[in-house]
Amino acid sequence: MSEVQEEPRAADLKRKDNRAWWLVLPVVVSVAFTAVIPLMTVVNFSVQDVFNPNDRIFVGLDWFREISRDPEVRSAFVRTLLFSAQVLLLEIPLGVALAVVMPRRGVWVSVALVLVALPLLIPWNVVGTIWQIFARGDIGLGGWAVNNVLGINFNYTLDSTDAWITVLVMDVWHWTPLVALLAYAGLRSIPEPYFQAAQIDAASAWATFRHIQLPRLRGVLTIAILLRFMDSFMIYTEPFVVTGGGPGNATSFLSILLSKIAVGQFDLGPAGAFSLLYFLIVQILCYVFFTVLTRSGR
Amino acid sequence: MLPLLWMFGMSIRPNEDILGSFSLIPQRVTFDNYATFFSDSSWYSSYLNSIIYTSMNAVMSLVVALPAAYAFSRFRFAGDKHLFFWLLTNRMAPPAVFLLPFFQIYQSVGLFDTHLGVAIAHMLFNVPLAVWILEGFMSGIPREIDETAAIDGYSLPRFFIRIFLPMIRSAIGVTLFFCFMFSWVELLIARTITSVNAKPIAATMTRTVSAAGVDWALLATAGVLTIVPGAIVIWFVRNYIAKGFTMGRV
Repeated sequence: MSEVQEEPRAADLKRKDNRAWWLVLPVVVSVAFTAVIPLMTVVNFSVQDVFNPNDRIFVGLDWFREISRDPEVRSAFVRTLLFSAQVLLLEIPLGVALAVVMPRRGVWVSVALVLVALPLLIPWNVVGTIWQIFARGDIGLGGWAVNNVLGINFNYTLDSTDAWITVLVMDVWHWTPLVALLAYAGLRSIPEPYFQAAQIDAASAWATFRHIQLPRLRGVLTIAILLRFMDSFMIYTEPFVVTGGGPGNATSFLSILLSKIAVGQFDLGPAGAFSLLYFLIVQILCYVFFTVLTRSGR
Repeated sequence: MLPLLWMFGMSIRPNEDILGSFSLIPQRVTFDNYATFFSDSSWYSSYLNSIIYTSMNAVMSLVVALPAAYAFSRFRFAGDKHLFFWLLTNRMAPPAVFLLPFFQIYQSVGLFDTHLGVAIAHMLFNVPLAVWILEGFMSGIPREIDETAAIDGYSLPRFFIRIFLPMIRSAIGVTLFFCFMFSWVELLIARTITSVNAKPIAATMTRTVSAAGVDWALLATAGVLTIVPGAIVIWFVRNYIAKGFTMGRV
C-alpha cells in the first residue's frame, strides 16, 4: 500500500508581505472592543479591594496569593482537569468513528447531518434541563431505564459518582457531534483518487483509515481537540442546571466556583484575580496543546 | 436521539402527566403548550430576538474574518503567529470573566439591550473561531491559483470575490453554521447585556420556574422550537458540508 505523501507545509510557501496587516485590521479592532477593553476592567478589579464603585483600595497581588492557596480552588482545578481529560478521551475517538460511518452520498447525507448536529443547537441551559429530567430515576427515561432495566441503583442527586457520570454522559451526548461534524468535513476534503488508489492496492478499511484518512484529519482534529478542551474546561451552565455543583462538591468545576465568588458573594477582587488565573491556566494549557499538535506531524 | 424524542414527548402532554408517573408513551396528547408559546408575546418575541442577533452575528463575524483568514493563510507578516494565537486566546476566556465589564461598557456606549449589542458581544468568541476554521480550509487550496489569477490580471479584491470565495463555499457554509450555533446557544452574556428588547429565548426559558413549580411541558416545547432554526440552517448548508471542497477537482 502506498504511503500518502505529506504536502509541503503551507508556511514554507508563504510570501512575506507586511501589507497583510490591513487584511487583519478589522479583526483586531473587533477583538479589541469585545475582549481587550473588558479584560482591562477585570485586571483593574483584581488588584483592588472594591467596597463600592467609589471606594477602592489598591491591594497589589494579595488576591492572587489568596486564590492560588485556596484548597477549594485547587481541588476544583484538579476536578476540572480530570473532567476535560475524560471528555477528550471519549469524544474525539467517538466523533471520528461517527464521521467515518456517516454516509458520503445520497439522500441520507442531509438527514444524517441534521440528526447528528441537533444536540449542538439546543441552548445550554435547555441541555441541562433535559438531562436533569432524563436522568431522574422516577420520571426520566434514562434514569428509569438504568434503575429498572439494568437494575443499578442510580441517583445523581445523592451519589457523587452518579452525578459525575451524568454530567460526563451529558457532555458526550452534547459535544461529540461537534467533533463528528468537523471530522466529517475534513474527510470530505480528501480527494477521491486517494481512495481509488487504496482500493487498487486492496487496502483494508483499517489501513485506509490509518494511512489516508487519519493523517488528513490532523488539521480539523487540532481544532476539535482544542475547542473541546477549552469548552469542557470552562463548562458551566449544564452541570449548574443538572447538579448545581453537588452533591457536596462532586461536580463543582472551576467556573461554578468562580461564579459563586463573583455573583454569589460579590467579591469582585478575588473574583477578578480568580478569573485572570483561570484565563492564564487555560491559555498555558492550550499553548501546550497547540504547539504539540501543530509540531507533531512535521 | 433518545433525550430529544423524550423532550418532544414532554412537549405534547400536559404537565400533570409528566410529573405524575413514569410512562413511555404519552397518555393524553395535547398541543396546548405550542399554542401557549405562540400566543404569549414574551415567548415568541424573544424567539425572534435570538434569531435576529444570531444572524447578525454570523454575517458580521464572517465579513470580518474572511480577509484576516486569507492574510493568515497566504502571507507571512510581522507578528503573524503571535497574532493568530492571541486571537485564539479570546476563544478561551471563560464567559463569566466578561460579564461585569460587558455590562458596564455596553450601558455607557448605548449598546445595552440592542440586537446589535449582543451580536457584537458574541463576536468575542465567534470571530476567532471563524478565522481559525476559514484559515484551515484556505490553506488547503493551492497557492498556484492565486498566482495564475494574478498573471491573468486579476486584482486582489476582484480575485477574492470572483474566484476565491466561490471556491471556499463549503468553508463559508461550515463557518456560518458554527457562528450561528455558538451564538444561538450562548446564554450568560446574552442575558447579562439585555433586558427586554433583545432578550434571548434561552433567558425567557429560565422564567418558567414560577411559584407553582417548573412548567416542564412549556419548557420542553420551547426546547423543541429552539432546535428548529438551527435545523433549518444545517439543512441549507448541508450541501456545503457534504459537497466537499474543490481542491480535489482543480
